[in-house]
Amino acid sequence: MKVLVPVKRVIDYNVKVRVKADQSGVDLANVKMSLNPFDEIGVEEAVRLKEKGKATEVVVVSIGPQQAQEQIRTALAMGADRGILVKADGDVEPLAVAKILKAICEAEKPGLVILGKQAIDDDSNQTGQMLAALLGWPQATFAHTLELGDGSAKVEREIDGGLQTVEIKLPAIVTTDLRLNEPRYASLPNIMKAKKKPIDEKTPADYGVDVTPRLKVLKVSEPPKRQAGIKVKTAAELVDKLKEVGAI
Amino acid sequence: MTSLVIAEHDNKVLKDSTAKTVAAAAQLGQPVQVLVAGQDAGAVADAASKLAGVEKVLVADDPIYARMLAEPMEALILSLAPNYDAILAPATTNGKNYMPRVAAKLDVPQISEILSVQSPDTFTRPIYAGNAIQTVQAPSGKKVITVRTTAFKAAEGAGSAAIEKVASAGDQGISKFVGEELSKSERPELPSAKIIISGGRGMQSGENFHLLDKIADKLHAAVGASRAAVDAGFVPNDYQVGQTGKVVAPELYIAVGISGAIQHLAGMKDSKIIAAINKDEEAPIFQVADYGLVADLFKAIPEMDAELTRLGY
Repeated sequence: MKVLVPVKRVIDYNVKVRVKADQSGVDLANVKMSLNPFDEIGVEEAVRLKEKGKATEVVVVSIGPQQAQEQIRTALAMGADRGILVKADGDVEPLAVAKILKAICEAEKPGLVILGKQAIDDDSNQTGQMLAALLGWPQATFAHTLELGDGSAKVEREIDGGLQTVEIKLPAIVTTDLRLNEPRYASLPNIMKAKKKPIDEKTPADYGVDVTPRLKVLKVSEPPKRQAGIKVKTAAELVDKLKEVGAI
Repeated sequence: MTSLVIAEHDNKVLKDSTAKTVAAAAQLGQPVQVLVAGQDAGAVADAASKLAGVEKVLVADDPIYARMLAEPMEALILSLAPNYDAILAPATTNGKNYMPRVAAKLDVPQISEILSVQSPDTFTRPIYAGNAIQTVQAPSGKKVITVRTTAFKAAEGAGSAAIEKVASAGDQGISKFVGEELSKSERPELPSAKIIISGGRGMQSGENFHLLDKIADKLHAAVGASRAAVDAGFVPNDYQVGQTGKVVAPELYIAVGISGAIQHLAGMKDSKIIAAINKDEEAPIFQVADYGLVADLFKAIPEMDAELTRLGY
């Protein structure tokens, strides 16, 4: 079974985000970019399925600028087999990404697609679910554990009240939550090997998808800032202060 | 036209997040109807019919909706969609699960986790873990929206809407519920608690969370945790407050042994009052705390407990 893993190039999670003075967006100039952490978990899960003999091939797809090739290489160094880069500059909305992925799924016929539950830049949390709907496939979002059976998958999901287990028929969409696995660090030999793995370059037009954004971003602004308050000396003083202001 | 709010519930109780989503929907300036999809959820429908501003409650009663699985929910909402020009759900793990499917099938972008309604087609929403706020304008056509419920004040109970049955949209048979493991607690739930006390990596073990339990019991507070504490296995995942866990905005948030990573602050910085206890005076949590105490939590928490007892809590 082939596993498809879509990945996104995003600002590194350690970078402190700065809003541009003209409110047109956040400043991405000279900022460290990385593989979206949830997608990294998706790559790890797919590679583990291959190592366990449950998957035959792991294909990584990224829709983004030419430099998104770096993130595909990272995934290849972790153990994915080949990559597809769909070149698109600027913001591509989740629905457009899902439409491109749908076309790729129709061509590649994976048995499973594993996506991160959200990208840490736009925090949309939509692409996997949208892809599932467009394909008419079932989904298991926010996966905590994933167990592949014969023609189906059993997935434990992180939900508001705890954990929920669902069984979905394959082919299916799974989106990762934080605790599905701990991604490996790629070894130097594997990083070298990854340089020789093939990456196919495409454009959205190859899939007949218009990626023009549909939502109009009017502005991006700083959130209201909180001011640091006062320091208290003892726990008893803390309780007294909280009582004084009616918080308890 | 009309807005449709998808109710969040457990077949017995209507969750507070529904009332907040109704409040957000009301700001679109159109009549609001509520869909209760569930199994034997009559009490939920009754509660929804009493929310101020609700014109009608639709009930789809079928065992396939008991757990609100995404696939049957998509089919049901799509069967009703022609009658509405906005569909809203709270950004709970349920809403996040089924709503994008609806948007994709309607071929419209979803607007995730709105913080405010600027005008009927313009909304604000957080990006980059709340480190920036985006103002977006939706194109004409149907709107599919999830609501960051901490940003809206709940619609109160004053209405008396009619309740109407709607047909089930059937099951595609591609997904099924197997089981669930829900945390049982006598304490309030995190999203609706007025006071939350959360522990971080500094708690050192799951057993030590009992120290927080004692305070929580005295203050009728919910207990939460940082991602670090959940990742370390101290407490289950549903305790997690942060960008990828629960977003909360209680009257009082007490952070204990939490350094204050960006991801955690994203989930609690809209709390009315923040108190922090941490032995590292450089911890970023102190930059957002109204009251900071630099101390060893293993000394400070028992002292806090003693002071609360002295004051009669």
